[in-house]
Amino acid sequence: MRNSFIQTLVRRAKVDPKIFLLTGDIGFSLLEPFAEQFPDRFLNVGIAEQNMMGIAAGLSREGYTVFTYSIGNFPTLRCMEQIRYDICYHQSNVKIIAVGAGYAYGSLGVSHHTTEDLGMLRTLPNMVVTSPGDPNEVGALTDFLCTHNGPCYMRLNKVGEPILNGTINSLSLGEVLQVKEGEGTAVLTTGAVLPEAFNFIRSERPDYALYSFPFVSPIDTQAMTKILNRFPRIMTVEEHQMNCGFGSAILEIANDLFYRGQISKMPPVQRVAIPNKFVGFSGSQEYLRREVGLSL
Amino acid sequence: MNFAPRTLRKHILDMSFAGGTVHIPSAFSIVEILSTLYSKHLNYSKDNMHGLERDSLVLSKGHGVMALYACLYQAGILDELDLKNYFKDGSRLKGLSDTHVPGLEVTSGSLGHGLSVGTGMALGHKMAGRPHQVFAVVGDGEMNEGPMWEALLFASHFKLDNLIVIVDKNGFQAMGPTNEVMSLGNLSQKFAAFDFAVEEVDGHDLSELDRALTTLRGQKDGKPKALIANTTKGKGVSFMENDNRWHYTRLDNSTYHGAVKEVEGL
Repeated sequence: MRNSFIQTLVRRAKVDPKIFLLTGDIGFSLLEPFAEQFPDRFLNVGIAEQNMMGIAAGLSREGYTVFTYSIGNFPTLRCMEQIRYDICYHQSNVKIIAVGAGYAYGSLGVSHHTTEDLGMLRTLPNMVVTSPGDPNEVGALTDFLCTHNGPCYMRLNKVGEPILNGTINSLSLGEVLQVKEGEGTAVLTTGAVLPEAFNFIRSERPDYALYSFPFVSPIDTQAMTKILNRFPRIMTVEEHQMNCGFGSAILEIANDLFYRGQISKMPPVQRVAIPNKFVGFSGSQEYLRREVGLSL
Repeated sequence: MNFAPRTLRKHILDMSFAGGTVHIPSAFSIVEILSTLYSKHLNYSKDNMHGLERDSLVLSKGHGVMALYACLYQAGILDELDLKNYFKDGSRLKGLSDTHVPGLEVTSGSLGHGLSVGTGMALGHKMAGRPHQVFAVVGDGEMNEGPMWEALLFASHFKLDNLIVIVDKNGFQAMGPTNEVMSLGNLSQKFAAFDFAVEEVDGHDLSELDRALTTLRGQKDGKPKALIANTTKGKGVSFMENDNRWHYTRLDNSTYHGAVKEVEGL
């Protein structure tokens, strides 16, 4: 996913002189292609994330489309107030990119477990929260980020993720992707748990449908209405805490649609997520997912 | 255009009384600083404010915003009605600096943010080869916040000699004197240690402020600049000066008139 991001960004930056990339001293062996081709639009701002967001906001005032890059919770939780105030309130054209979603850097420990970000960021007005499920979604989302005017967040996994979507030419705000048709139960996923859900369905529940959600906020309510009207049972899967994450977002939408009479029944929603805990031991992403019960 | 300190202080008193607001002393301590900037150093006006070819004043200590409103009124950017409706329901003029008000570069109700944003603006000018300056007015209490020092490191490293940080060193913060709450030690030395070019002056002496700003702006050695302005919180009204209760006090009829008398008599 990392590579899909930087390759798309480089392609975009070739034709859009307003794209500016800041990094908080992360990205060795990844960001060099951008830095080398666009030295006047790249800056390592050092290990200072709160300042990085302020700098990004200041640059965006002068017309730049600013991308900020770091790992885990550092470009988000660490500087949430800057994001809320300097970026979201002003609708600054700043895109926050975090690599290492979920337990992608599991063996580094809790400091690098990115497991509360979706919940925290989707509370902020004006923030578009995205969570690609495979490298194709990353490319399309990066394109979207480059043209959408306003604050965005994208949580990347790491590297080596299988491609499960066909070519995605473009994504519109909130778009939902159908990965597999089915009936009875619709599995809704966001982010890099997509392959796990896909494999589970293929081997154990071949009749289930599978949808990937590159956007966690906002989500296209028309698409959701169709899904909820079609499928009597819903399962959500995410590499994020149970509280306030993607599954919560789906519950909110379902409830509001039901309340407004746009769907006739509240479906039972099984939420598969991290059971609101920290994981204090080291492990690979697969190991940690199993250990917390995040498996299908 | 007239940016005389007594005019600015009178506006501050008027809008504070009309709006029933606090933070008067925080506005009073920066009056001479803003007066000097608007009259002599800041290339900013109604005519150039919407483009990029201009200087910027970033008020990072957003609670001093009444002083800025007063200047913007004098500059013809805010009008009579804005000042009369300050703080009222639905007013665009809030108690803390907010970019939804024309003339305000940053929203700075939360301390420690504005300097980073201003530094980003200075960076943008430098990288685009534009000659414009960013003047960031910060508070001494505000210097408690970590990101301020991140911005200082950044400014030095990237040689932002178009950034001038002006510290309103009035010696107070919310809960008491800065020396008692969180001492800044020798602030001039700290800025010098961060590779800034530093001047320290009486923050209420217009000619000293002008001289120091001129000196700093004349230096082209790649260092960002710091002007430590030693000020008095509440300057201009004897019963407010250095009495931190006035940080939180609203004017009533008698104190309003008493204050106006002193300010106009000066």
